[in-house]
Amino acid sequence: MEAFGNLLMGFQIALSPYNLFIATIGIILGTIIGVLPGLGGANGVAILLPITFVMPPTSAIILLSCIYWGALFGGAITSILFNIPGEPWSVATTFDGHPLAKQGRGGEALTAAFISSFFGAAFAIILVTFFAPLIAEFSLKFGPPEFLGIQMLTFSAFVGLGGGSAPKTLASIFIGFIMAAVGLDIVSGQLRLTFGTVELMRGFNFVVAVIGLFGIGEILLTVEEGLELKGVQARVTLRTVTRTLRELSQYWKTFIRGAIIGSWMGIKPGGATPASFMSYGFAKKFSKNPEKFGNGAIEGVIAPETAAHAAGVSALLPMITLGIPGSPTAAVMLGGLMIWGLQPGPMLFKEKPEFVWGLIASMYTGNVIGVLIVLLFVPFFAAILRLPFAVLFPSIVYVCAIGSFAVNNSTTDIWYMMLFGIVGYVFKKLDYPIAPMVLALVLGDMAESALRQSLIMSQGSPAIFFASPISAVLVTASALLMVWPFISPFLHGRGGK
Amino acid sequence: MRRADIACALVLLFLGGLVLWESLKLKIGWGLNGPEAGFFPFWLATGLVVCSAVIAIKAFLDRSSFARWPFVQKGAWVPVIKVALPAFVMVALTEAIGLYPAALIYLAVYMRWIGRHRWITTFLVSVLLPVVSYFIFDKWFLIPMPKGYWTWISGLY
Repeated sequence: MEAFGNLLMGFQIALSPYNLFIATIGIILGTIIGVLPGLGGANGVAILLPITFVMPPTSAIILLSCIYWGALFGGAITSILFNIPGEPWSVATTFDGHPLAKQGRGGEALTAAFISSFFGAAFAIILVTFFAPLIAEFSLKFGPPEFLGIQMLTFSAFVGLGGGSAPKTLASIFIGFIMAAVGLDIVSGQLRLTFGTVELMRGFNFVVAVIGLFGIGEILLTVEEGLELKGVQARVTLRTVTRTLRELSQYWKTFIRGAIIGSWMGIKPGGATPASFMSYGFAKKFSKNPEKFGNGAIEGVIAPETAAHAAGVSALLPMITLGIPGSPTAAVMLGGLMIWGLQPGPMLFKEKPEFVWGLIASMYTGNVIGVLIVLLFVPFFAAILRLPFAVLFPSIVYVCAIGSFAVNNSTTDIWYMMLFGIVGYVFKKLDYPIAPMVLALVLGDMAESALRQSLIMSQGSPAIFFASPISAVLVTASALLMVWPFISPFLHGRGGK
Repeated sequence: MRRADIACALVLLFLGGLVLWESLKLKIGWGLNGPEAGFFPFWLATGLVVCSAVIAIKAFLDRSSFARWPFVQKGAWVPVIKVALPAFVMVALTEAIGLYPAALIYLAVYMRWIGRHRWITTFLVSVLLPVVSYFIFDKWFLIPMPKGYWTWISGLY
């Protein structure tokens, strides 16, 4: 078992005192970020990205991935105690989590949520441990046409499975790619789309885009909705934990179902949200007492949390093996990889085994630390949301400004952040999905060079995408996904609206 | 909502056209090193133009209840402006006096004007937050934040 030996090496890295310290900091920061309105995993990671420039890459990725786990845990706290889903995939957790909290069983609901998150994550991590090396090995054979095929599949999944308006999803993908093209052309060295200005020469930075779109945009939305925070108090004591643990063991089927759904859906981009709803739906269907769902069934907390956390973990699988992120947060981490001077993709396993295996091992340690910290400090994290809005909002804007400035030390980026904030606000209101745009912005250069290299290889003939069986399958599959939203109404006999 | 939808699509259409124009200038054909610089943006912009045209037409024909919703509920503009405007002012101030003083003013004004907090809380938060972040970023992580044009202010700290 080569993987096992590698994993042991990873643990040696992840268990070093410095990295454990980093992981703990990451979890705490991540949970705070997950709890705060307007800050989520993606822009939390983006804001803290500049800090990691001074760290060794392995510690840097441990910090960022732990922020991600923390944000996932934090989302559960707000969903259950405040009925505010911190992230889209914790929406399903509010259905039963908040009723439970109102009945004074908040401690139980939180414990159940944390334990199921932990279980889902652990399940997916084990899968990642065994499948990541295999996928990486397999994809070593990939050339530019195959990589372009995978990228196309990623984006067509947003169009075909995203559920939103297809032209709007496509428009958002195109905007992301166009923004990525601004600035220096990587192949010919020409300046592009700068309209003769100096400001546009550097192009758009994805970190700034993420902070603006998700952070500022989200705050503007929250203010407009005039969200009132009416929280429910809850304490998690050792007695609640042990009692809930005993109670939880009877729902083992829900756990395993959720973990499988989550791990499977998470590999596809944007999979965590549908995974949590799907898992909730299945749990209700197979439950002995489905009528309790919606009024505080503990299974209704377990199912979505297990799936969402499993999906969150397995979203990192395509990122470390293929260099294709499965979620906006993974996209930001991927961008981080490039900034630290690492080339994402299958070669990472060969060239930087200590990085990859350190990351995988830190998924184990990070989630153990995470579940302990959130169980111990729930009241502290819940107290953050009780801070007055007039303190929270300007502080978040200020932190966002610091984050966008620090990427490139440029005040222009703070202006861009505000601009992206307005764009994010308008797009959210008009139902343009933002995640595909961010992914396109991060992957733009890679996709373009894959396309141009392929065309150079074939001297301009698009037939190269069907030359190898792998790329032929990928391109055909993505073409089918692309047209799916246009043909599915006809298949169902509704013939459009 | 319908008018906003159409307006947004038209803005995207315009931007797409702008990119098309620029990429045509860069040449979209086949050069010495394979496809030329304008090739990829050209097709992206074509896609964007087509999509935004479709969105605009769909929105124009849309008579559903979603379309009749106002883009922003009556009166909800006020809190949005109240958050957005001071933030823009802070960014503008950053250019002049640096991020930390700008943040101090921003936090203080916001907490006092919108939050109606007591002077003592306003003072504590608006002074402490920039000071703490100064030590974290400028001193600990050695990431200097913008100091602004007027150096006599940044000379104070």
